[in-house]
Amino acid sequence: MSFVEYGDTIKNGDTAIVFLGHESMFPVKVQHGTVTQTKYGVIRHSTDLIGKKYGSKVTCSKGGWVFILHPTPELWTMNLPHRTQILYSTDISIITMMLELKPGSVVCESGTGSGSLSHALIRTVAPTGHLYTVEFHQQRAEKAREEFREHGVEHLVTVTNQDVCKNGFGVSNIADAVFLDIPSPWEAIGHAKSALKAEGGRICSFSPCIEQVQRTCLAMEEHGFTEINTLEILLRVYNVRTISLQIPDLGKASEDNSSIGFDSSNPSNQGSPCTNLQQGTVQFKSGVPLREMVGHTGYLTFATKSLF
Amino acid sequence: MEAGTRPGLRICEGDCAVLKRDDVFKAVPVLRRRKIIFEKQWFYLDNAIGHIYGTTFEVTSGGNLQPKQEMEETTPETKEAGTDNRNIVDDGKSQKLTHDDIKALKDKGIKGQEIVQQLIENSTTFRDKTEFAQDKYIKKKKKKYEAVITIVRPSTRILSTMYYAREPGKINHLRYDTLAQMLTLGNIHAGNKMIVMETCAGLVLGAVMERMGGCGSIIQMYPGGGPVRAATSCFGFPKHFFNNLHEFPLSKVDSLLSGTFSTETLPSEPEDNALVEEESNGSIDEKQASIQETEEESTETAMESNQTEEQETMDINAEDIGFKENQGKENKENVREKQRKQQERRKKLIETAALLREKNADGLIVASKFHPTPLLLSLLEFVAPSRPFVVYCQYKEPLLECYTKLRERGGVINLKLSETWLRSYQVLPDRSHPKLTMSGGGGYLLSGITVVSDKSKCDSSNLEALKMEEPSSKKRKVQDLHC
Repeated sequence: MSFVEYGDTIKNGDTAIVFLGHESMFPVKVQHGTVTQTKYGVIRHSTDLIGKKYGSKVTCSKGGWVFILHPTPELWTMNLPHRTQILYSTDISIITMMLELKPGSVVCESGTGSGSLSHALIRTVAPTGHLYTVEFHQQRAEKAREEFREHGVEHLVTVTNQDVCKNGFGVSNIADAVFLDIPSPWEAIGHAKSALKAEGGRICSFSPCIEQVQRTCLAMEEHGFTEINTLEILLRVYNVRTISLQIPDLGKASEDNSSIGFDSSNPSNQGSPCTNLQQGTVQFKSGVPLREMVGHTGYLTFATKSLF
Repeated sequence: MEAGTRPGLRICEGDCAVLKRDDVFKAVPVLRRRKIIFEKQWFYLDNAIGHIYGTTFEVTSGGNLQPKQEMEETTPETKEAGTDNRNIVDDGKSQKLTHDDIKALKDKGIKGQEIVQQLIENSTTFRDKTEFAQDKYIKKKKKKYEAVITIVRPSTRILSTMYYAREPGKINHLRYDTLAQMLTLGNIHAGNKMIVMETCAGLVLGAVMERMGGCGSIIQMYPGGGPVRAATSCFGFPKHFFNNLHEFPLSKVDSLLSGTFSTETLPSEPEDNALVEEESNGSIDEKQASIQETEEESTETAMESNQTEEQETMDINAEDIGFKENQGKENKENVREKQRKQQERRKKLIETAALLREKNADGLIVASKFHPTPLLLSLLEFVAPSRPFVVYCQYKEPLLECYTKLRERGGVINLKLSETWLRSYQVLPDRSHPKLTMSGGGGYLLSGITVVSDKSKCDSSNLEALKMEEPSSKKRKVQDLHC
């Protein structure tokens, strides 16, 4: 297993995802002789996991079962131990596309944080690209290094423990793209510019506050960045539900033209998801928005380092 | 410019490039002595050849491109400005230069920048405008009179925004951020073995190919006569990217699954189509480029434009086939050549069928005009367990049904129906706010992960699936107890 290459079977040392159902899952380090507790009972790694196919159903000691999944950066994002606020896949997706990342790209990132974005970046630039990630918090940098090692991607990433605003990325003229998620990104724009290749590249800054964005945009302009564009992306999730609605009794005038448009025995309604199970109700499938959703993560500002 | 020697850095003849003016893009082949019309201007790309991608050019008289050296910020120093617009009356008389005057200036070959300067000098109200309004005025006039274009390298970012702005009907209104979600949710990366089924002019295929960097393999499932790859060719991928790109007709999927697949019943003509498409992949097809040019007008519905697109590709192909056949009759060698090619295609089809039969694809991406349910139910059979799949649909309702059917089928978990909401901002000191307009919708996605499905215990898993479908809190408790 590696986060940049699929494997078929679960091996000793792998990081696997235990899927309990309903977005309930957690990562597990597969080790001979180890056991993992779940609410459905115990999973014995040696007998229940190692050698099994990824995607298999594993029965726990209490008779309940779980699925064991191959890790992906997206599953990792959903399950990683939080050391900071993290970026989620919705933002990560647009960042990756707008930074024009692909295999072979060289990317600079700061801060590393909990490594949510880092894993996704590494996945995309592998096997020939590289991620230089700078984190000013020493323990977080250490922990990130450890995780990259465990996930089989250490050869694709360099973690540096320094302050990007003071010391930059430690590289110059090699990056195709730079990503900033720091409290004062405007202080790092100059460093970002020198990290980018001479012929240009893309930059992205993530900030939760519009005041930060304003200062960052000004700094980008001063440093000659073009195509400066700020946007916000939100995920709207829908639960699929079967809903039945009662038909109001309006006091039928005559039998013939009753409940026009609602009568599901009406031929015009055939083929639609509506079915009339009980009299007086209409049933249909609906995508119901969540009662509460994430309404703001951060503003994403993209820009291009241009030639002139 | 020590970095100036890297391959793909400079604009070369035969490249696929993208013209850019503000937020407007257009993909063009770089050819000499070829007139290009873009944003109401015409020019030749001859002079651009040899320059670095990202260079901004000015269109000079005679349609020549001249690299614009610096951003000479010569905004008028007359920093005289009003405080508000109470004294500005829209009487249409504020500009003293007439259309003819401006045209005369243009004909004299005076640069756009100077024309803007003259417009400002001849505007009676410019001085009374607020500083902000002055900036806006200059920006607007610059856009109108300064003939500058930038030539950039194609990428998923550029081509997906270009298609969404210019020809959304051709890509089933798949918004670029939705495409971005698909690439991430599908865990597309180098080394994958992907199945792609799309009717988005080859844009989704191109995006997947870019993310795989020519490493791994892709099987494109196609409806009708052959895969459409007009947008794919705009990416300008190196030839080797196509070595591991396979195609398989949708019409053969059922027989492949039931074990009755054979190449004997293969119609020859559709295969010709596939070949035509393939040949155009490496270099840019001029016909495709011209189609893009002529289809500027917006189309009413996705259906319509899809039809026109298909008709066009079909027409082109039909001509080609006819042409080939006529020649074939005349020339025995051509007949032999044709047979050889047919043989080769048959061989490739058998190879692709074998690839699918391994049932170990690392993911499935669907973005089509078809109902997603039958596609998913069949194509998921070819995907290995513990791999992601993503389906795009312009409408929500088919995905609701698809969700239900997949639950009944089993073998999938973590099903999620979603859409993304995208908003752009104007960011200026003390004047930041969301832009006035935004996209109303970019389509819907259904994503999930495959798992080993134990078909022997079909009943119990079905039961479980039904329970999971509607997780009212009560039902969830029951499930927890059961497990």
